[in-house]
Amino acid sequence: MPKSMVLVATRKGLFVIESDNRKDWTTRGPLCESWPLYHAIYDRDSGTIFAAAASEWLGCSVWRSSDLGETWEQSSEGLTYGDDSELKMNKISSLSAGHGRLFVGAESCGIFGSTDGGKTFELVSTLDGQPNRDQWNDHANQPPGHLGISQTMQDPDDANHWWAIVQGHSLFETTDNAKTWAPRNKGLRADWPLDNPEVGYCVHCLVRSPVDGSRMYQQNHVGMHRSDDGGQSWTEISEGLPSEFGFAAAVHPHDRETFYVVPLDPGHGRTMPDGQAAVWRTQDAGSSWQKLTAGLPQEDAYLGVLRAGMAIDGEDAPGLYFGTSTGQVYASMDEGESWSEIAGYLPGISSVEVAVI
Amino acid sequence: MAEVYLPTPLLPLFPELTKRVEVDAPTVGEAIAQLNERWPGFRDRLVQAGPALRPHINVYVDKERGGLDTPIGERSRVDVIAAISGG
Repeated sequence: MPKSMVLVATRKGLFVIESDNRKDWTTRGPLCESWPLYHAIYDRDSGTIFAAAASEWLGCSVWRSSDLGETWEQSSEGLTYGDDSELKMNKISSLSAGHGRLFVGAESCGIFGSTDGGKTFELVSTLDGQPNRDQWNDHANQPPGHLGISQTMQDPDDANHWWAIVQGHSLFETTDNAKTWAPRNKGLRADWPLDNPEVGYCVHCLVRSPVDGSRMYQQNHVGMHRSDDGGQSWTEISEGLPSEFGFAAAVHPHDRETFYVVPLDPGHGRTMPDGQAAVWRTQDAGSSWQKLTAGLPQEDAYLGVLRAGMAIDGEDAPGLYFGTSTGQVYASMDEGESWSEIAGYLPGISSVEVAVI
Repeated sequence: MAEVYLPTPLLPLFPELTKRVEVDAPTVGEAIAQLNERWPGFRDRLVQAGPALRPHINVYVDKERGGLDTPIGERSRVDVIAAISGG
């Protein structure tokens, strides 16, 4: 059986949880010198692990390991808006790899790219000219902890085609490698006033079916949504869920109708409702939902899962994983029907990604 | 040569970097640039856009708090201190 490697980015470094049989797990870490991490990914093409780090003392840097985490280097060369820019760079929050490049989403709403394996970076886009761009760094619209570009997602079949989420503001799509952008928020709901209906939507997490690129799902600040036309328009599918709020999402690798979410209470707590841990699944594209709890704590379990906190692999029987902001990692090998805890006492978890090697 | 004492979290980031290093530079900024030549990427860890020292990095030259432009004497002691905070 190939090795499953779960990359867990935490507030105190990276942890790698591994298994050759998906039953017995071992944990390595903390890696990346225990820097606070926002996201870690495995780039299958280059065999490199990348981790986006932001130290309050030493700044932002991208850590990289080409030997599955045994040795590490870090670089921030080029991760700057320039000495004269008003845009600040205290945080890098999201990574994506594809087509021989690494994208880094950053605070102040910029996307940086690297084509030399994370050694150097250059600014790709700040989405200038998009509606309300001048409001994105307004503190009135940007609470503490703002991530900037909270996610980029690349089309595996087209290097010019990718998406970017501006936290709290919108989903955007480019089809010409960031020369131009278009808002992709049609049909989304906003429970706040909008001066431009094209933008102003709080997209938390975007996933795309590997078997049908036109099928996308997103967990939004207000509601779960599905797209059947590659993000051109959205339909809300929240009915049947205990909360319209959540962060994380995962889409089944072989079935475009199956999708997993972790609903959370929408207030300040942002933990699983009623202290009962649950993942919710739809197998009919959001027409109905099943609450999956077997193996998850059902009493006093006020767990939170952040936007990059759930991952699924592409195995025939997919491995599904999520990590909590209080340091637990749970795994399911049976479509979410049952869960087991594979780590219980890690630092607060920012992201979970999985690779099968 | 002036002596520069570095904060411990910097050391594992750069091969063979030691807590105490020697520089021959007229200012703090020049000293950091010199160390960046020896350990590429060093400057980014202490200096942000502006350029300016990062907010929680403090530099003392001969026990006086300084900035990038602060002069360094031939026998100065430069202490780079990461602010004590966090948890």
